[in-house]
Amino acid sequence: MRRPVDSPRAAAAPTARASGVRPWRAPAADTPRTRFDAVARATVADRPLHEWLDNYQAVQQGWHKWAHDDLGEAEAWRDTVAAVRRHTLAHLDRYLAEFAANVERAGGHVFFAADAEEAREYVAGVARRKGVRRVVKAKSMVSEEIGLDAALAATGAEVTETDLGAYIAQLAGERPYHITGPAVHMRLPRIREILSRAAGEELPEEPDALAGSARRTLRDRFLTADLGVSGANFGVASTGTVVLVTNEGNGRMTTTLPWTHVVVMGMERLVPDWRSLEPLLVMLPRAGTGERITSYVSAITGPRREGDADGPEELHVVIVDNGRSRILGTKYQPVLQCIRCGSCADFCPVYRTMGGHAYDSVYTGPIGAVLAPLLDGLEGRGHLPFASTLCGACDDACPARVPLSDLLLELRADVAAGAAGPSPDASAAPSTVPASGAESTMWAFGFKGFAAVATRRRLWDAALCVASGLRPILGSARGRDAGRHAASRLETAASGRSRLLRGPGVVRAWTDARDLPLPAPASFARLWRRRPRAGSPTSSGPGQKGR
Amino acid sequence: MTVRTSLMVTCLGDALYPQVGVAAVKVLEALGVEVDFPPGQVCCGQPAFNSGYRDEARAAACAYLKAFSASEHVVSISGSCAAMVRRHYPVLFEGRPEEAEARALAARTWEFSQFLIDVRGVNELPARHDARVTFHHSCHTRRLLGVVEQPERLLGMVRGLEYVPLPRAEECCGFGGTFAVKMPVISSSLVDDKVDHVLETGADELLGLDMSCLMNIGGRLSRRDSGVRVRHLAEVLAEGWGR
Repeated sequence: MRRPVDSPRAAAAPTARASGVRPWRAPAADTPRTRFDAVARATVADRPLHEWLDNYQAVQQGWHKWAHDDLGEAEAWRDTVAAVRRHTLAHLDRYLAEFAANVERAGGHVFFAADAEEAREYVAGVARRKGVRRVVKAKSMVSEEIGLDAALAATGAEVTETDLGAYIAQLAGERPYHITGPAVHMRLPRIREILSRAAGEELPEEPDALAGSARRTLRDRFLTADLGVSGANFGVASTGTVVLVTNEGNGRMTTTLPWTHVVVMGMERLVPDWRSLEPLLVMLPRAGTGERITSYVSAITGPRREGDADGPEELHVVIVDNGRSRILGTKYQPVLQCIRCGSCADFCPVYRTMGGHAYDSVYTGPIGAVLAPLLDGLEGRGHLPFASTLCGACDDACPARVPLSDLLLELRADVAAGAAGPSPDASAAPSTVPASGAESTMWAFGFKGFAAVATRRRLWDAALCVASGLRPILGSARGRDAGRHAASRLETAASGRSRLLRGPGVVRAWTDARDLPLPAPASFARLWRRRPRAGSPTSSGPGQKGR
Repeated sequence: MTVRTSLMVTCLGDALYPQVGVAAVKVLEALGVEVDFPPGQVCCGQPAFNSGYRDEARAAACAYLKAFSASEHVVSISGSCAAMVRRHYPVLFEGRPEEAEARALAARTWEFSQFLIDVRGVNELPARHDARVTFHHSCHTRRLLGVVEQPERLLGMVRGLEYVPLPRAEECCGFGGTFAVKMPVISSSLVDDKVDHVLETGADELLGLDMSCLMNIGGRLSRRDSGVRVRHLAEVLAEGWGR
């Protein structure tokens, strides 16, 4: 659970926001893209939610900045984190073998799961063998990724998320909204409703009372659970230690109280040793929650040993591949540097605007826009890399220097290549499939035309001539009311400058909310040609190549 | 020694905002820079590159390499187009025959304010502009080119100008090239946020260094009938030069 949102962002807008967005019409087909559009549209239309998310980002960005200023030399720390991550990935085979051997040496069991199904079956198998009736889970993205809850429920066990945000999301039947803040979008009345239903009584709308109710329920689950499932923020190869970073204490309860502890971790989550763990432990909380360190940092090496006061009798570490090894060795390998802090989402204006559920993935924000298509394939995910303005705020925020914008660009290239046919490029997305559809065909065709014009000045000049020639035609229906039903509408603003109020085709997506200036009566090139010259009238300078 | 530079007017500047190119030329010439305009330039290829159409982007970029092959410096009136050349051309031509040429062009391509401060070493301007202005730091100008202080320093040299920093200046306006029409609902909401912040400043004018972002913010300001003027910094400098 994230820090409570406590400082409202600065004053409301001085003028009302005009709604320039066309009324929503039900999509013709139910596809991932139409679902994406529907969620984004609903988020944009929900003003209180918009302001809530805006405020959460402002607060989070403030803490992020504080934590980095407080640390000092943040860029150097980032370099160090990135270097550790890159080194680990470059030698992942070696560190995986070392980690697994050391987990086993400490008395734990290791299972390498090639995919989600293998991972689910292994954990469900443990649950069945031990006759597990109650499972408590400490927040784990990879367990969400592999759909573990449903598999455990299918064994007849009752599964409870114990991170407060994850618990609320689970009760609501929702996907996590944010990597570190699963219920960051929920406001008090809704949380009260959800927790009241779970408690079977009307709870007061007070954070303390609500958290108290959740705590009482969760305490009972901790004490009666037979199986604890956690993720792993890091696995230390040199000692076979699983490191967990938590704030609520639920991680420690989950990993010490039940008889059996299952760790589910992505195969890339390793560090070589304790020395290389340090910069990651320094930067993860500062980037993720804007704090110096989390309330709890747990290091678990093997199950309970003789003389230990507590801890599970059995420890299983499930190391999940599920598409990661396909990314290794490709141009997408840097995505595996991610340490799951969620700060890319905290800084992403697109995430804030369309909301975490628009990603329709466990992984949200810019990292989700990269990771979801890579793990699940481009089919049905091909629109996600385009859900970014490429502003680079995520690149600046990332503590591990995942080059998110560059990876989004690479994915876009793979999507475009898919539209043109399967790519022979071995470094393309691991599961490139043609991103079919009229839209991609339109863009492919459009950019063919673009290349033709961009390489031929005369063609471009001719196009500009035609465009400026269209001015009087576009201007024939003047005024906002005249020509309401025409394809295009134009008016001359008070400044004397013409603006397009409604454009044809794809231009309309622009003019629904924004005026568009008309092509100038004379292009710059034309003005330049007419320019009186001091020297030779024909000289256009050294750059002219006689085109 | 005379500094010579070629103007990169960009496709948008050529078609929609020729007055910005004219203003940039006026300012550069007033600073003793010899300016030429290689006509082979059309578009840097950024729209295609950002949409994933690398071959088409490369074709456009090849025309650029050719157009500016003899240029001593190249000054762009758009930060993101300068960033396309500086940051993405080396990637686009990696391992290709044009790579060296692309890297060389990247090294001598500048955004307008960057050229004035970093290359020309401007530290005073005989310009006056009596207005309350705010400034949009475009993302690619700021993050890909690292141009943050240059425009503010130039604004500080203009007499009569009252500069009001834009709240959350580092945040994107929601343009994003084809993003604006591929995901118009999200883009429109973002530009509305930006417009709210512009209006908060009470400025008469919004200045910037990238006409694509300014087209987006300006288009929304105009649709909301705000009355805030949107202009490139070069226009303000040219207009108030010698006043």
